[in-house]
Amino acid sequence: MANKVEAMAGTKPQDPKSSDPSLFDDISSFNFSLKSLKLKTKQQEFLIRVTILCLVYVLAFSTRLFSVLRYESMIHEFDPYFNYRTTLYLTEKGFYEFWNWFDSESWYPLGRIIGGTLYPGLMVTAALIYWGLRFLRFAVHIREVCVLTAPFFASNTTIVAYFFGKEVWDTGAGLVAAAFIAICPGYISRSVAGSYDNEGVAIFALLFTFYLFVKAVNTGSLSWALASAFGYFYMVSAWGGYVFIINLIPLYVLVLLVTGRYSMRLYIAYSCMYVVGMLLAMQIRFVGFQHVQSGEHMAAMGVFFLLQVFYFLNWVKHLLSGTKLFETFLRITVTSAISVGILALGVGSASGYISPWTGRFYSLLDPTYAKDHIPIIASVSEHQPTAWSSFMFDFHILLFLFPAGLYFCFKRLSDGTIFIVMYGLTSMYFAGVMVRLILVATPAVCLISAIAVSATIKNLTSLLRSKSKVHSGSVKGSTSGKASSKASVDQTLPFQRNAAIALLLGAFYLLSRYVIHCTWVTSEAYSSPSIVLAARGAHGNRIIFDDYREAYYWLRQNTPPDAKVMSWWDYGYQITAMGNRTVIVDNNTWNNTHIATVGRAMSSYEDEAYEIMQSLDVDYVLVVFGGVTGYSSDDINKFLWMVRIGGGVFPIIKEPDYLVNGEYRVDKGAAPKMLNCLMYKLCYYRFGELRTEYGKPPGYDRARGVEIGNKDVKLEYLEEAFTTSNWIVRIYKVKPPIIGGEFSNSLSFLPLD
Amino acid sequence: MAMKLKLINALFFSLISSLSFFLGSSSVGIHDGLRITNAERRVENKGVSSMSEVILGFSPVEIDHLALLKAAVPGGTKKKITYTSLDVNPKLPDGPNGTKYFSITLLNPLKAGEAVTLEVLYILTESLEPFPSEISQSESQLVYYRDSAVILSPYHVEQQTTFIRTPSTRVESYTNVEPTNRAGLELKYGPYIDQSPHSFSPIIVHFENNNPFVVVKELVREIEISHWGSIQVKEHYMVAHAGARLKGAFSRLDYQSRPSANGVASFKQLLARLPPRVSSVYYRDEIGNISSSHLRLDFKKSELEIEPRYPLFGGWRSTFIIGYRVPLEDFLYESTDGSRRYLNFTFGCPMMETVVNKLTIKVVLPEGSKNPTVVAPLTLEQHLEIKYSYLDVIGRPVVVLTKRNVVPEHISPFEVVYDFNPAFMLAEPLILVSVFFVFFLACIAYLHGDLSIQKYKTS
Repeated sequence: MANKVEAMAGTKPQDPKSSDPSLFDDISSFNFSLKSLKLKTKQQEFLIRVTILCLVYVLAFSTRLFSVLRYESMIHEFDPYFNYRTTLYLTEKGFYEFWNWFDSESWYPLGRIIGGTLYPGLMVTAALIYWGLRFLRFAVHIREVCVLTAPFFASNTTIVAYFFGKEVWDTGAGLVAAAFIAICPGYISRSVAGSYDNEGVAIFALLFTFYLFVKAVNTGSLSWALASAFGYFYMVSAWGGYVFIINLIPLYVLVLLVTGRYSMRLYIAYSCMYVVGMLLAMQIRFVGFQHVQSGEHMAAMGVFFLLQVFYFLNWVKHLLSGTKLFETFLRITVTSAISVGILALGVGSASGYISPWTGRFYSLLDPTYAKDHIPIIASVSEHQPTAWSSFMFDFHILLFLFPAGLYFCFKRLSDGTIFIVMYGLTSMYFAGVMVRLILVATPAVCLISAIAVSATIKNLTSLLRSKSKVHSGSVKGSTSGKASSKASVDQTLPFQRNAAIALLLGAFYLLSRYVIHCTWVTSEAYSSPSIVLAARGAHGNRIIFDDYREAYYWLRQNTPPDAKVMSWWDYGYQITAMGNRTVIVDNNTWNNTHIATVGRAMSSYEDEAYEIMQSLDVDYVLVVFGGVTGYSSDDINKFLWMVRIGGGVFPIIKEPDYLVNGEYRVDKGAAPKMLNCLMYKLCYYRFGELRTEYGKPPGYDRARGVEIGNKDVKLEYLEEAFTTSNWIVRIYKVKPPIIGGEFSNSLSFLPLD
Repeated sequence: MAMKLKLINALFFSLISSLSFFLGSSSVGIHDGLRITNAERRVENKGVSSMSEVILGFSPVEIDHLALLKAAVPGGTKKKITYTSLDVNPKLPDGPNGTKYFSITLLNPLKAGEAVTLEVLYILTESLEPFPSEISQSESQLVYYRDSAVILSPYHVEQQTTFIRTPSTRVESYTNVEPTNRAGLELKYGPYIDQSPHSFSPIIVHFENNNPFVVVKELVREIEISHWGSIQVKEHYMVAHAGARLKGAFSRLDYQSRPSANGVASFKQLLARLPPRVSSVYYRDEIGNISSSHLRLDFKKSELEIEPRYPLFGGWRSTFIIGYRVPLEDFLYESTDGSRRYLNFTFGCPMMETVVNKLTIKVVLPEGSKNPTVVAPLTLEQHLEIKYSYLDVIGRPVVVLTKRNVVPEHISPFEVVYDFNPAFMLAEPLILVSVFFVFFLACIAYLHGDLSIQKYKTS
């Protein structure tokens, strides 16, 4: 073996990348065994590549563990708790029970068909990992698996990014793309350990599907197209964002058609991927026939038929010899095809067979749509239009490298680069519309920036190398023609080498700043579980506010198992997962009227609210209040949306009743309805007696920096059941009705004097 | 068999006819939820035949709550009294009205006319009934204590006095059975002279008791032995406040601003006494870590002070898990020939001053250990289980010990003896090594395959 390597190295001295043969001989004369370990250049390159990829893989995983180190191995935020709860159910009861699960613990009294209203990809993935590890006798807890699923898939994404970069550009770009995406804050924000959400696996699935499709287009191979269909199936099973794929790929096919890049490869790739992908996607209950019926999926079908017509025309063109005849045929075919398409679409939409676009889809295309029509979408902070600063925060230097990468892509147009450009541009638009869609744009931005970085550095280093090669070449006499031409360029630009060095240094500085920025953002901004709040004390010590879990655990242990808890929908998933109690509304938000009913109860007077709560069998009411700690995302600050959503369905709630000069206030100048509505009373019950800050009057609300307006809150129909140690969560018990009539009736029997 | 039973019966009846029971004093200390009774009995044999055992009687209600029963003979000089413990065994058949008997076997048979002083300690759990059964946050807790002024005994009792010690001076009411008097914390019933056998005179004492009624409904301790140097202990607690239930609202404001007047009957802290040299201590529950705990390490013991997520008022419950690791050499010993191992661990609940309704101890032995036997000073239910942990192929044998009604007095060492072949220690590292070996082999094979393809291409 050693001899073979030596022989092969010896036979290719002209390989410019191979090491200096004289040096090689020197070493061999000293130590034969060392020479035998010496690898070929190609092997060296492979080894380096694999090492870098392994390091990137580990880095992508470990950089997401800040939250575990800072806090603990726990599930974060809101939606992940639902996913965790369903995964737990899946691992305990098995797949069929999970698939047919009717959950009566949420959306009381309606319930929710879990199996038919979720994307099961994430849960099934985690359960499979869990069962696999159990089978291999790793006694892990399902929670650990769930916590680490997102980092694990982020690591896998880096590998896909590498192959994708390799496919559209070269291995260098692939490596840079892998490194970029491993630490890009835009992606980390959704994939830190504990962020057990659909996006965690979906970004992997998205990029994987795209990669496989590009590969299929480049090779024209049926197997790659089939693989991309399966990738698409996985994506559909994991996240609603699959709509992006099923619209981007047709758009890409259309662009290729229009630009005259139609090929048999494209035909095979798209036809196979669409048909198989569609059939597979329809197996997901939540998607089902939407895939052929809803407006969002029509573009893909249209392009599919267009492609068939195109193929048919090509075939006819091949058969018909006369151009004139073909042109007539073309005209007839195109006209009839378009008219049939439009007719089918028209009849389909008119008859209701094809459903119109959903509000969420509209709000993607038109950022102002949600604000006017669907307050429930607009109320979520991650659905807000993106601010400039968050682009900078999430992409840092990639934002500047992106246009440069686009330039390189346009310079070397191929089917692959066209795809990546289209992906980049469309996803950038969507990222501008909604904050959370920065996530979708991140892989594209990383890939395109990686192309820019890789191409630039490659150019610069080749400049450096060509110069040195001139010197060494003159000694050895083996200068290639390319190098000599570069050398002639060198003479025309005397400072080229220095400039290249300076630019390289600049590039490395920028890249190192990127790494520092990413690490800082990850550790400071994206690693907070938001269930446990941490603050710095006066002496620099860390204070932990664990009030959420305190309250949920209290609910879990000390309330009847069938108790119904009413709270704003944000906390629904957490209450069912951690508190194990039935909730009225939760983060699924599938029934706007139900949420509006809760919003109405919260914004009504206590007696009116009591009637609503009685009709919903509410036993406990949970509110989140930050007035003592200065925690600003509490229910008083969310109250605006409760009024707005409640008022959207029940006109009895009028937003101006709660406003004074167009703003929400809680101090003395607040609107009287505001001071006496249920939410205000529950948040500020007995708060007027509490002194929160030295030198301030009692009842000083630290979250809003005002002294509250109604310090003498009396509750008639509810009583305080539990308040957490920092007052962040307050739970009230709804008193049972007095037998023989309602409160108001019984009061009327009292003598009036 | 029948013959023998008859004999015992005969003996029993003769004892009743010929023995009178002299009882010096019995004092009842009342302590959170449990009642500890220390009875000093002086037994004099006034019969003709000698007697080797003394019978104790308990009512059926007491039997249900009886956690511990011990008897001892005080001896030695006056300055230094030594106690010699005696065997106590249940005795059949039952007496009138469901009275259960226990017999104390004396060291030397008591001859006619001789007397002996016995000290009997028995602990009853859950024999205080909160009344009123629901109190509001600011009220203090009042409880009923039910007992008999005269001791239930199959013997003729010559003289008997009962002292009841209450935790505070506030006593609402008590049954008067002359002579009864009360001074400070102590309530004295008696002395009663010449009580006939099986006499019973019920009394009720109603007094304030704000001691936290910490009851561990269920405790599962899992002790996992690793011969690589540590013992991992994991304890699942299900704690409840068994006192008067909280009525009405819980006001955090009152609880925070006036802690002395509000929530006196609640508790928010528990203290666990752990072995010395513990490490990797954790305190969590089903939904994550609980950050409010303090660990104090000492040479003799470690103390873990934990706060449940919320203060526990009457009727409230909480569950949590405590886990820690202790060095192996402190608890595991090897026999001289090296084949047998002895695990010496403490039985009981590490949480101070608590009653455990059901205690389960699971000793997870290393994979490959055989013939586990348990040596314990108490009678325990036991059975074997198999547990699969990391990289286990045949599973680890688990010795499961169960006992109901465990009180702090039960804390005592117990021993698990098992055979273990040290070669089993290498099983798991070998599995790992072979997996990595196969992985690298596969890599080498893959790379070489790759090479050959390239060679064909170039040639």
